[in-house]
Amino acid sequence: MNAAVATGEAHGRYVLRLADTALVLGQRLGEWVGHAPALEEDMALANLSLDLIGQARLLLAYAGELEGQGRDEDALAFLRDAPEFMNLTLAEQPNGDFGHTIVRQWLIDSWQLEIYQGLAASTDTRLAAIAAKALKETRYHYRFSRGWLVRLGDGTAESQRRVQRSLDELWRFTAELFAPDEIDERMSAAGIAPALPQLAGQWSTHTDQDLAAATLGRPPAQAYPWHGKRGVHTEYLGHLLSELQHLQRTYPGARW
Amino acid sequence: MAMAAGSARNAAEREQRVWKLLGAVPDPEIPVLSIVDLGIVRHVREGADGALRVGITPTYSGCPATEVIRRAVRAALDAGGCTDAIIEEVLSPPWTSDWLTAEGRAKLQAFGIAPPEDPGSRAVTCPRCGSRTSARVSEFGSTPCKAHYRCSACGEPFDYFKCL
Repeated sequence: MNAAVATGEAHGRYVLRLADTALVLGQRLGEWVGHAPALEEDMALANLSLDLIGQARLLLAYAGELEGQGRDEDALAFLRDAPEFMNLTLAEQPNGDFGHTIVRQWLIDSWQLEIYQGLAASTDTRLAAIAAKALKETRYHYRFSRGWLVRLGDGTAESQRRVQRSLDELWRFTAELFAPDEIDERMSAAGIAPALPQLAGQWSTHTDQDLAAATLGRPPAQAYPWHGKRGVHTEYLGHLLSELQHLQRTYPGARW
Repeated sequence: MAMAAGSARNAAEREQRVWKLLGAVPDPEIPVLSIVDLGIVRHVREGADGALRVGITPTYSGCPATEVIRRAVRAALDAGGCTDAIIEEVLSPPWTSDWLTAEGRAKLQAFGIAPPEDPGSRAVTCPRCGSRTSARVSEFGSTPCKAHYRCSACGEPFDYFKCL
């Protein structure tokens, strides 16, 4: 990243990253509608998706204002290409089976809990208000994903095997969650965002407790060139966006 | 002085009238409740400049009813002659189920939706038979604000308006 990123620009990009993680994860969860193993879980995943898309809208609208180029939430969601998306790489990973979705969800829920808690005390009052609201919803999400993680981990030999495999597969993407770059550091110095290295310890403690309850093993830390926050994505994001953006790209300006 | 007091009284009266107007706007998802019962209307204020401002807040960030409510508020204000009223979105403090009015709770109960319990309480009262023994089926229901329960006494499923 270029050292010449102005604080105002960093602020906009910081908010955009939060927005994109919420939007991309919300879209992923939406793919479950009509396909979950039970009606109750179908509705739960749809509810989570709805909350996340709601959070994304508030954040995108704000990011657009900070950017000051006249892009509203719709322009940012529907008219950007994959390299302009700044979401965590973990959020764009495919759903896999229900257990795989639960592992991804639990990892991001527990990350969002830390981030939103920190942001609720932000000097940026608008961001603090969005975070305080999102935090209440995230607590529900986390109870759901943690509950299923424990049930599947401490379940049958087959469910255990499968969620452990998902955990092993997805763990490398967690390297990105608390790795600060210039934007994070600048926002934290300005009192706008919490300092990521401090949150990393709490997150680690909480996730270890959950993994113990779920009788799952914590995979070893893996060196991984995290990159979603910088706009470099895995192959999956493009496919997700082609579905998300199809209507606006085919019929520009279409309205309900 | 007398004039200022008089205009303040007029402003208060106008604000009261708007509260009444909005008290007749039903929530699109739980129409037995008005948006005032739900605590969605945060303020009605006439400023010194004479502009009337109505603050509304979403229940959940992604509640799809939010936009329908905004339009309904606009329509109610226009129909009540307040075409100049400004609608503003309020995010902080975030909406809480504690803002549900006593009247709103009673209406929910009568409609068959269990009103939110004290967060410390583990039991939810069945709105049909009044039993305190019920089991949670899912923390997520047909709308973001409701959970899904089943009564252990009468066996009926019911919605619970969850705490937030």
